[in-house]
Amino acid sequence: MSARQRSPYPYWFIAPAAAIYIALFLVPTIASFWFSLTRWDLFTTEFIGMENFRQFLKEPQLINGLVNTVIYAVLTSGTKTVIGLLLAVLLTSGLYAQGFLRTVIFFPVLVSTIGVGITFFELMHPTKGALNLGLAAIGLPKVGWLTSPSLALYSVALIDLWKGVGLATLIYIAGLASISPDYYEAARIDGATRIQQFRRITVPLVRPATITVVTLSLISGLRSFDLIWATTKGGPGFSSDVLASVIYKQYQAGFYGLSTAGNVILFLLIAVLVLPLTLWMNRTEADQ
Amino acid sequence: MKQRQYINGLMALAVASVIFIVPFVYIFLMAAKTKQQASTLDFSWPQEWHFWANLVEVVQTRNYMLLLAYFNSTVITVGAVTLLVLFGAMVGYVLQRRPSAASRLVFGFVIAGLMIPPAVVPTIWVLQGLGLFKTLTGMILIQVAYGLSFSVLLFRSFIATVPRDLDEAALIDGAKPWQIFYRVVLPLLKPVTVTLIVVQSIAIFNDFTNPLYYLPGKENVTVQLTLFNFQSQFQSQFNLLFMNILLVTIPPLIVFIFFNRQIVAGMTAGAVKG
Repeated sequence: MSARQRSPYPYWFIAPAAAIYIALFLVPTIASFWFSLTRWDLFTTEFIGMENFRQFLKEPQLINGLVNTVIYAVLTSGTKTVIGLLLAVLLTSGLYAQGFLRTVIFFPVLVSTIGVGITFFELMHPTKGALNLGLAAIGLPKVGWLTSPSLALYSVALIDLWKGVGLATLIYIAGLASISPDYYEAARIDGATRIQQFRRITVPLVRPATITVVTLSLISGLRSFDLIWATTKGGPGFSSDVLASVIYKQYQAGFYGLSTAGNVILFLLIAVLVLPLTLWMNRTEADQ
Repeated sequence: MKQRQYINGLMALAVASVIFIVPFVYIFLMAAKTKQQASTLDFSWPQEWHFWANLVEVVQTRNYMLLLAYFNSTVITVGAVTLLVLFGAMVGYVLQRRPSAASRLVFGFVIAGLMIPPAVVPTIWVLQGLGLFKTLTGMILIQVAYGLSFSVLLFRSFIATVPRDLDEAALIDGAKPWQIFYRVVLPLLKPVTVTLIVVQSIAIFNDFTNPLYYLPGKENVTVQLTLFNFQSQFQSQFNLLFMNILLVTIPPLIVFIFFNRQIVAGMTAGAVKG
């Protein structure tokens, strides 16, 4: 081969994908930093500096959305990780009907979020919903799942857990399968209990799966919109608003600059929370 | 020991059934009830089976809007997934085969695409500038832009298992770069391609947020948008609302039954070592 031969892997293979990605993802992302500093109606822009961000951090309903986003993301991500791992351990322990159970737990992941949201909206109906009728049947008081301002966000997080825990379980099952059974056998010979085996072998060795689950669920939790929109629309009042629903509401109201500022804040929030977390998790993995 | 496992299994089965199956049974029962019985929202057996009548009524609502929605959603899904396979494989191929500073830069953008939330209103502004706002073409391209990162990562890691000797043999035989890719490498990517098609189809078919922003308007309805709008329209007709939910749930169920293995492979990619 001559020295200056063309590579058989030309860069123009990247061109069609790059054109779409740049035009519809990169350009809007970069432009959002400019538009977030303006009052904007899609045709004219007026530069107003940090005014949108100041409004975001000042108005109770907007800052509330920011706080809720963090609560929602941490809560859904944490519960999916813990319950996902426990379910995965349970479903790889040779239970009866284990394959069927995996299927049942995983299926909600594939179902339309809007369909799930509407179904649970009716199941959580304050007076007629099956959930409250069930509570009443065993003598417990009815709960305002989605109608109580202090509870609505957590009820949506619970639905999110129901829908998403199957994915975490599936990822953990794949992670558990890559742990050599020799470790467990050696531990058993040394007399380690089940709980010791879980803490000393399973948890450390399943770490790559944990990183995937935490990162994925944290990002999707921070960006979560459709489930909240299908159940509470951010209500009652603004009690279950998150950044993504605030962005949509400001967009509907025609405050495009403010809406875009919300997008920039969401972007920064993900960068601030997820980047250090993944760096830290990958670093501690390398140390071991 | 064996017996204990059996009992534990049965208990787990019972609990999981209540938690994960009952909501689907509820959807099915509600979809079969009459309007009066469905309005109580309770968990009961239908007194009269109105399954077929409800199905017909939902489909006919608003001048067969649901059929239009299925058509639009299918066009978007098929169009976007086709481009995602082709373009994603091309990028993944070059990134895997040609380690260089430029490849690393592109890879950085791929990762960024997974993390950064799309800037909504500026995207509408770009779409309007291109004349693609409120069009199916625009919606397809948006889904491609948002799905590319996942697609590239999946292809890149799979292409690492395709021996380079094959490319070099084809090169010596005088094949052009495009021929090597299209005739030699691409056919070998079939397993990962099936996985990608299945996983992305479900994601795009179920997508609600993006059509809500980028595809407003009556003639552009998608399946998820229709369902969402029916929620307010069918406020007193829960039987029809749940029939609609059932219809939206069936396509992923069918795909799941046939492509269980591919879905699992796609969803757990990167779990063992990213």
